[in-house]
Amino acid sequence: MWENLKEFASTFFVTGDPLIYGADVSIALTMVAIVFVLTKYKKWGWLWREWLTTVDHKRIGIMYLIASLLMLFRGGVDALLMRLQLAFPNVEFLHSDHYNAIFTTHGTIMILFMAMPMMFGLFNMVVPLQLGARDVAYPFLNAVSFWLFMFGAMLFNLSFVIGGSPDAGWLSYPPLSQNDFSPGPGQNFWIWGIQISGIGSLATGINFIVTILKMRAPGMKLSNMPLFSWSVLSSSIMIIFAFPILTVTIALLFLDRFAGAHFFTMGGGGNPMMYLNLIWMWGHPEVYIVVVPAFGIFSEVVATFSKKTIFGYKSMVWALMSIAVASFFTWAHHFFTMGTSASVIVFFAISTMVIAIPTGVKIFNWLFTMFRGRISFKQPMLWTIAFIPCFVVGGATGVMLAVAPADYQYHNSYFLIAHFHQVLIGGVVFGYLAGIYYWWPKLFGFKLDEKLGKWGFWFWNIGFYVCFMPQYALGFMGMTRRYYTYGWDRGWADLNLISTVGAFLMGIGFIFQVWQIAYSIKHGERDTTGDPWNARTLEWSIPSPAPFYNFAVVPTVKGADDWWLTKEAKANGTYKEEPAQLEPIHMPKNSGIPFIMSIFWFLVGFGFTFGWVWIAVIGFIGVALCMWARSFQYDTDYYVPVEEVRSTEASLGRVY
Amino acid sequence: MTNHHDHAHGAHDHEHGHEEHEQLKVLGFWIFVVTDCILFGSLFATYAVLMNSYAGGPTGKELFELPGIIASTFILLTSSFTSGLAVLAMNKGKVKEMISWLAVTAVLGLAFVVLEINEFTHLVHEGATMATSAFWSAFFTLVGTHGLHVSVGLFWMVALMIQLKRRGITPVTRRKVTNLSLYWHFLDVVWIFLFTVVYLMGVM
Repeated sequence: MWENLKEFASTFFVTGDPLIYGADVSIALTMVAIVFVLTKYKKWGWLWREWLTTVDHKRIGIMYLIASLLMLFRGGVDALLMRLQLAFPNVEFLHSDHYNAIFTTHGTIMILFMAMPMMFGLFNMVVPLQLGARDVAYPFLNAVSFWLFMFGAMLFNLSFVIGGSPDAGWLSYPPLSQNDFSPGPGQNFWIWGIQISGIGSLATGINFIVTILKMRAPGMKLSNMPLFSWSVLSSSIMIIFAFPILTVTIALLFLDRFAGAHFFTMGGGGNPMMYLNLIWMWGHPEVYIVVVPAFGIFSEVVATFSKKTIFGYKSMVWALMSIAVASFFTWAHHFFTMGTSASVIVFFAISTMVIAIPTGVKIFNWLFTMFRGRISFKQPMLWTIAFIPCFVVGGATGVMLAVAPADYQYHNSYFLIAHFHQVLIGGVVFGYLAGIYYWWPKLFGFKLDEKLGKWGFWFWNIGFYVCFMPQYALGFMGMTRRYYTYGWDRGWADLNLISTVGAFLMGIGFIFQVWQIAYSIKHGERDTTGDPWNARTLEWSIPSPAPFYNFAVVPTVKGADDWWLTKEAKANGTYKEEPAQLEPIHMPKNSGIPFIMSIFWFLVGFGFTFGWVWIAVIGFIGVALCMWARSFQYDTDYYVPVEEVRSTEASLGRVY
Repeated sequence: MTNHHDHAHGAHDHEHGHEEHEQLKVLGFWIFVVTDCILFGSLFATYAVLMNSYAGGPTGKELFELPGIIASTFILLTSSFTSGLAVLAMNKGKVKEMISWLAVTAVLGLAFVVLEINEFTHLVHEGATMATSAFWSAFFTLVGTHGLHVSVGLFWMVALMIQLKRRGITPVTRRKVTNLSLYWHFLDVVWIFLFTVVYLMGVM
């Protein structure tokens, strides 16, 4: 009995690496600390009532933000471990298996569990406020999306200490991800972590399309909707077309592994290349899904901090929408070297290059907006300005990669690694950081400290170039991705060492930002005006932090940059105060079902990961019961009475 | 921020706001159906790529038995028709008639699922399983996904019949039945493609 248990534990828990034992200890300590604090301060009820069951889009946005910052930390630590190994290739800091696991989890986490939730966090924090809406179209579904993401991410991260991490690359190409080469639960963790959170992403896409099409305040036509909301619409459209393909692809991979199917196997008539086609039909739109909202953020930030209307509004919208369409015709550029006909390659090479056109249009529009503007260099603007050269270089190297004959040279080399980090860090991370700095006061009621932020900014930026510029050169020198060691005679060591130094500089930048948040909670400048940046769109017309019903009176929109128009009218005395009539506000009730249902989804994933079907069956039954229970709930909303709205507004300094 | 569960309802525009929100949910469901189209589209594409990859195993032509398939096709098409009759009854405000038509729809749907399980068992007995060849993997996945959708629809239909019995026709139950019948017709359309691409082309 004891022997059996010992054997089970030694396969169930990951053992044999001091780094992982360290992680075990820190995870256990953190959990104990959380439980202790919640119990000591009697906060369990508060946690449940105010957060775990919330359907308020702003709170869901905050939870997405916290989760994504934690994942940025984990993905970042993975990156630093890899860079350490490559800086001193003969030290064997990481063994080859461990290195494989780390580059796999780094990629997966950064795209799916860092960039996606940070994006959804911004959607949630901003879109309804910008539209003059009280909530998203489906608040309950919104909570479901969040908890599916959260439990999917937790399942994926569990692989680190239980069962073993996936190690077949961030997109799990077969045959490497098949049972022959990846036995054990690692790949299953990958499949189910992504599958569960992917369902949530799909639902978010639907939710925000309907929110944007149907929930806009009266008077706000699509043709004068703020550009961030336009970018969210573009991104959501891509989500609803791309994510079902992901669902199918990884379900098929799972059937190969679990049921002995032959979709992507080498034998039995299967075709591994089909997996690559399918995964990139999702995967390439996916990179535009995460970058397009950043474009929306830059548009808001540039206009606000240049004190000008955005230049070329219509061309901006056109560019966002054409990227959404074109993104679906580029997937094959990920495997030009697979051996296909010249005409196929030409089609995908050209369609890839075509994306540079709308993107270029946007860059020029931002520059023209800044031209002759009165620019103030606050943190959101700093990140926007840093984005432009970074993304221009990243875009140019992207076009270089799209040139098919040249790609035969660059394929899977460090040139590629440098390119996509440049567009994903320069575009997505810089963009979302700009967005977080910009909208932070609206969510939390205070600004983040400028001085610490600038330290963080410079460490990130200098670190970025020190880290990735050498990698372009390494690519030309023949170093390909996923090496965990190399000979000194290759001449790669110096550049790799420099690159590692750069990665650590970015890590220091991140530490400054964490410090900045901690410091600003106490000392940050409070925002009493609701409009700390002298901004242009509706979200700045209400107090900070926004009350739970957002708008006491739903505004009537007169044109683009409506809040700016109001301020101008007030300044030159043409503003007509319309008597505001408070009415009871219709709000959704909190619900515990999204949280509970996601736990059952977690059980489904966990059961299938280890092949313990009975756990998965319990999970499925639980999910079905939760849906059944929800279907029978009719009392799902309530009205906030006028007196309460009035007193809340009065406490925020507004009189009705 | 606190919860406000206890506050009484009773605003003058309550019903109006509700009606509007129910229509919003129908729009969302349409978009969900779009995503489901893409899901089935991906499975059809996979099937098309693998439809001749028998790897030495049995072919569809050898094992498909069209009479049974034609019978289930008629059953499913009829169930789509009866779900339409349920919606017509709903529009006339006749709850009882509506529940009966939904019950007929559910029985037909159940018959379809039973026939499909029967077919799958038969195929497995003949030596065609998920693991036999890429063709059969694609077949079972595509047809099985449709069958799973029908089963989920049945589960949903039962829940709705109970709610209709308890609450009658309200804006909420009306929206739910509208979505369900949309879903049911959609599955019908998918089946027509399935029948053509998998079975008719399979035996040709």
